[in-house]
This record gives sequence, C-alpha cells and structure tokens, in this order.
Amino acid sequence: MLHLTTGRVGCLLSKQAVVALTGSGARMSSHGHHEVSDSVDMSQPMYWDRLDTPLPDRPWKDVLDSTDKSLKQKEKGPWTALSKEEKIALYRLKFNLTYPEMKRPSHEWKTVIGGMFIVFGITGLVVFWQCHYVYPPQPPTFDEEWQAKQLQRMLDMRTNPIEGLSSQWDYKNKQWK
Amino acid sequence: MRNWGGSVVHFNWRHTHTHTVYGYVQSCYTPLVQRCYAHGGKLESDEEFDARWVTYFNKADIDAWELRKGMNTLIGYDLVPEPKILEAALRACRRLNDLASAIRILEAVKDKSGPHKKIYPYLIQELRPTLEELGISTPEELGMD
Repeated sequence: MLHLTTGRVGCLLSKQAVVALTGSGARMSSHGHHEVSDSVDMSQPMYWDRLDTPLPDRPWKDVLDSTDKSLKQKEKGPWTALSKEEKIALYRLKFNLTYPEMKRPSHEWKTVIGGMFIVFGITGLVVFWQCHYVYPPQPPTFDEEWQAKQLQRMLDMRTNPIEGLSSQWDYKNKQWK
Repeated sequence: MRNWGGSVVHFNWRHTHTHTVYGYVQSCYTPLVQRCYAHGGKLESDEEFDARWVTYFNKADIDAWELRKGMNTLIGYDLVPEPKILEAALRACRRLNDLASAIRILEAVKDKSGPHKKIYPYLIQELRPTLEELGISTPEELGMD
C-alpha cells in the first residue's frame, strides 16, 4: 500500500499549479471506505483540484445516493433536458472546487507580513537589551573631544592631500572647502 | 536546438482577425505552435497538430481515461486549443455522458488564456452551435464564476 502524508504531497507539486490539493481524498466522507490515518492511499485513483490538470482520476463523490444516481441516469439523455441546478449538481458531484474557487485569493500574506514585523520587533527588543546590558563601555576614542583632536592631527599630517581628506580642508582659512 | 529527448515547443502568438456575426472585426490571438523533434524531423504544422488532436477526440469509442489523458495533456501544452479540438472533446464528453467534464474543459481553457481576455469569448462564440446542440451550459451561465 502506498501512503503519502499530506505534508509531503504539498512539496511534490508545483507552486503555481496547485492552490488546494485535496490530499484528504482517501478520508472524505463521500469516499467508500474511511481512513482514520492522515495519509493518502496512493495506490488508489486520486482526486485533485489543479488548474493545469482539469480532469482528475476519480470523481469527487464516489458514493452516490439515490437522487444522485437518478441524476446520473438523466445525464445519459439529452443535456438540453437538464435544468441549471441539475447541471450544477452534476458538476459538484464530479468536482469539488470550480476554477474560480481554486484561484480564490487567500489572506495568507497578511499573516506573513504580520509575522515578519513581529519578528523584527522582537529582534529590535533583543538588540536594545543587548546594547544596554551586553556591550562593554565605549572606548574613549569615540568621545567628541578625542575625535576633534584626531581630526586635527590628521589634517596636520596632511593625510590624503590630493584627493582625500586634506584636499577638502582649506588651510588658509581654516575651514572646509 | 539540442535537447535531452523530449520535443521542444516554440511558442509565438499570431494576431488574426475574425469577423463576428455583428459585422465588426474582432481581433483574436491564435497560438502558433511549432514542434521540433529532437532527432531533427520535420516540423509539425499547426494544422497537423490540430488534426491530430481532433482525430484523437473523435474516436467513436473513446473511453473516460482517454478523455482525461487527452485533456490533461492538451492543457499541459503552452497553447490554447483551437475551437475544433474543443468541439471534438466536448462531443467526446457527450458520448461518455459526462456533462461535468465538459464544463470543466471550458473552465480550463478560460484559465489557459491567462491575461488575454479576448480568447475565451472568441472560443465560446465559435463553440456556440456545438454548445447549443449538446445542451452544454457555460460556467458563466451556471453562475460558476
């Protein structure tokens, strides 16, 4: 018996084609025998709703009650005799989701973006805490006064005089160019 | 173009004009499929491709598996099938007493058209005589959109 858990079924299928695979084909109440387990019996014809594969191996509803059976009998005659509701009923017997239903947008993106921001927020809190409690004291070289003296020293020794720092300093007027 | 065994399909659109019953030109896009065979055989023309598929669906004793296989394969191609192929497929559904699949086929070709909104109405227009003869309602008529 070939079994496949529904989780692995999802990875096998391409992203654009599948919107909802009824991996639960084996455990639908309309199916003949009831499976208690979560996995799909891959040795039986499967049902699927796929945009790129319109006709699955088996109909959606296998087990037909008497009204369904009489409708199926009527289907053998001219279809002009069927009412709209009967045609819709026949479709729903054979298929679970229509194409528009398969293509319906989900609200998953909101969960994704929301989750993203929550993670950013938690990360921000962690970073803030660590700035306060984990980082060692700042070296003296970051102080304003030290930085000013450092800059003056660099200008005095003419660092990068052609294109870099000292070239931007106007030595005559003691200001930036 | 060398490939690893399958046939390579070159796909390009050809812009064609058709006249509707109402007298104005309705432009539509017809896919031009050129199939190259890996062994270097002759290119199959559009007409040959269409004829092959029409013959497939026109088989008098086509069975349900063949219909499903044919449709699933056809929808797998990078093209929207010509009305005559769809007509043959719908007639095959009729022989198999399968209205639901007929409606599903119409939904599938509408989805195949993708962003080209004019293709599906054109197909329905071309298929209208067949739809009326067989009594197939479109998904729109059944409110399934």
